[in-house]
Amino acid sequence: MPDIKTEVMTVNMGPQHPSTHGVLRLVLELDGETVLTASPTIGYLHTGIEKTTEQKKWQQVIPLVERMDYLSAQSNSMAFCLSVEKLLALEIPERVSNIRVLLAELQRINSHLVWLGTHGMEVGAVSVMLYCFRERELLLNINELLAGFRLFPSYMRVGGLREDLPRGFHAAVVAFLDRFGPKLDEYEDLLTKNEIYLKRTQGVGVISKEAAVAYSLVGPIARAAGVDYDVRRFFPYLGYETYDFAVPTQTKGDVYSRYLVRVAEMRESMKICRQALARITPTGIFAVADPRITPPPKDRVYTEMEALIQHFLIYSQGFTVPAGEAYVPVEGPRGEHGFYVVSDGSNRPWRIKSRAPSLLACQALERMIVGGLIADVIAVIGSIDVVMGDVDR
Amino acid sequence: MDADTLVATLQAAVPDAQIEGAPTVDPQTTIYVSRDEVPALARALRDRPELAFDFLAELTAVDYWPKEPRYEVVYVLVSLAHRLRLRMKVRVPADDPHVATVSGVWPAANWLEREVWDLFGIAFDGHPDPRRLLMPEDWQGYPLRKDYPVQIRMTPNASEALQVTEEEFRANLMKDRLTRGR
Repeated sequence: MPDIKTEVMTVNMGPQHPSTHGVLRLVLELDGETVLTASPTIGYLHTGIEKTTEQKKWQQVIPLVERMDYLSAQSNSMAFCLSVEKLLALEIPERVSNIRVLLAELQRINSHLVWLGTHGMEVGAVSVMLYCFRERELLLNINELLAGFRLFPSYMRVGGLREDLPRGFHAAVVAFLDRFGPKLDEYEDLLTKNEIYLKRTQGVGVISKEAAVAYSLVGPIARAAGVDYDVRRFFPYLGYETYDFAVPTQTKGDVYSRYLVRVAEMRESMKICRQALARITPTGIFAVADPRITPPPKDRVYTEMEALIQHFLIYSQGFTVPAGEAYVPVEGPRGEHGFYVVSDGSNRPWRIKSRAPSLLACQALERMIVGGLIADVIAVIGSIDVVMGDVDR
Repeated sequence: MDADTLVATLQAAVPDAQIEGAPTVDPQTTIYVSRDEVPALARALRDRPELAFDFLAELTAVDYWPKEPRYEVVYVLVSLAHRLRLRMKVRVPADDPHVATVSGVWPAANWLEREVWDLFGIAFDGHPDPRRLLMPEDWQGYPLRKDYPVQIRMTPNASEALQVTEEEFRANLMKDRLTRGR
């Protein structure tokens, strides 16, 4: 048989491709179905939020940072508020911290549900997507109840929360948690021992423990590779050391391990939610009593001159933050996340830098897909759970 | 390990380095180092078992225009073994903005340094892939500099179709692959 002439083929995957989770572009060189090289190109969603924040007053930054990583909005604004509160040296009431823990964990479940749904769909389990989005709808309803906004509630404020919890909040969260446990079992029934899912995910997109540390991978990707780094354990914030929860880890570092870690994390988040909910009274203090930062209640604005002046000052000039810098890391749905905040002592930030876990995951993508099959590229991109809004900012 | 012990340990590891502590409000040890000693310090921070800062959490820059030295490059490091955090900062003057790369020590620094080059125009000497990361490749200027206008209209040329022959295309591909070390 004569030699068949073969040659390397270059495939341009993205930026508009349904499984690249936004606008990620990959230039792949293929030998048959094997990936020889991969070079990710990013920047298609670069909106310059970090530059924009430098023109805004401190409170105005919150809606912007929520739109960076659009699947973990509450977690973003919480991380930003923690850093600014550190600069302001504010003592945050315990009730506020507990509510923030609850919202951050609900956000984690929310983000993991979107991940599980889209990832399941990409490897062929379309029904998982429909089920996950059904449960996510309940979480979005909770956001709507809380703040009137479903995706970007802007409910966190520097110094506390925007307003007190609405009536029926506890009941809505309990109803969700009671419903979600059995539903999570259902998802696991569909995937965990599904022969097709196992074949698509086991041994695919492997990254070793050493490489995960070297490439600064965090969150479920690192924990699936055996790095037990969880900010909630290593550098506790918001009183996480007082909650009882486990940090699930795996050792293989493949797509399937990441799936197992994220599903286990959703169960742990539910545990934290129940503990936090038990500590939160339905009504109570929801912001620090600092007239520079917290606006007065509306009834006082309508009746007292001082309150009107205070209201006017906060909404026209904002507040100033002492010069300095702060970075408070939090464990977002995608791992260590936080805002490096620099102030020059004025009412606007000097510099805000978001530590973007998705950017670093995207950088390590090449390592995970080279040598594998082109069909596995889809499974791997899904498994690292990149949010392009966080990669490009 | 408290801040003073950490600085003393690092000083013992790199005796020639000038390490200057800085006050912070968040519980992260902050040090200023001179930019010539960044590679030696980076190696010591990662490789010394008593330090073991094997995790580069963040690398970014701040522009303090019109102050001088104008830029600060910030490295946020985590020691997973000892549960420590360290913020290492390097002052960079406006007329000569460059620092040695640390991407050989922490591979994660590759894209982070490209981002700083892209948005601040601070060059990283010895970087394996010194291209822009987020902005179009033909972009003029460095957007996160303080003297760069917020509202600017500029038409990137990147959307124009590139006219190359098939031979040129293949040659470019090979060149690209060789420059990336394969």
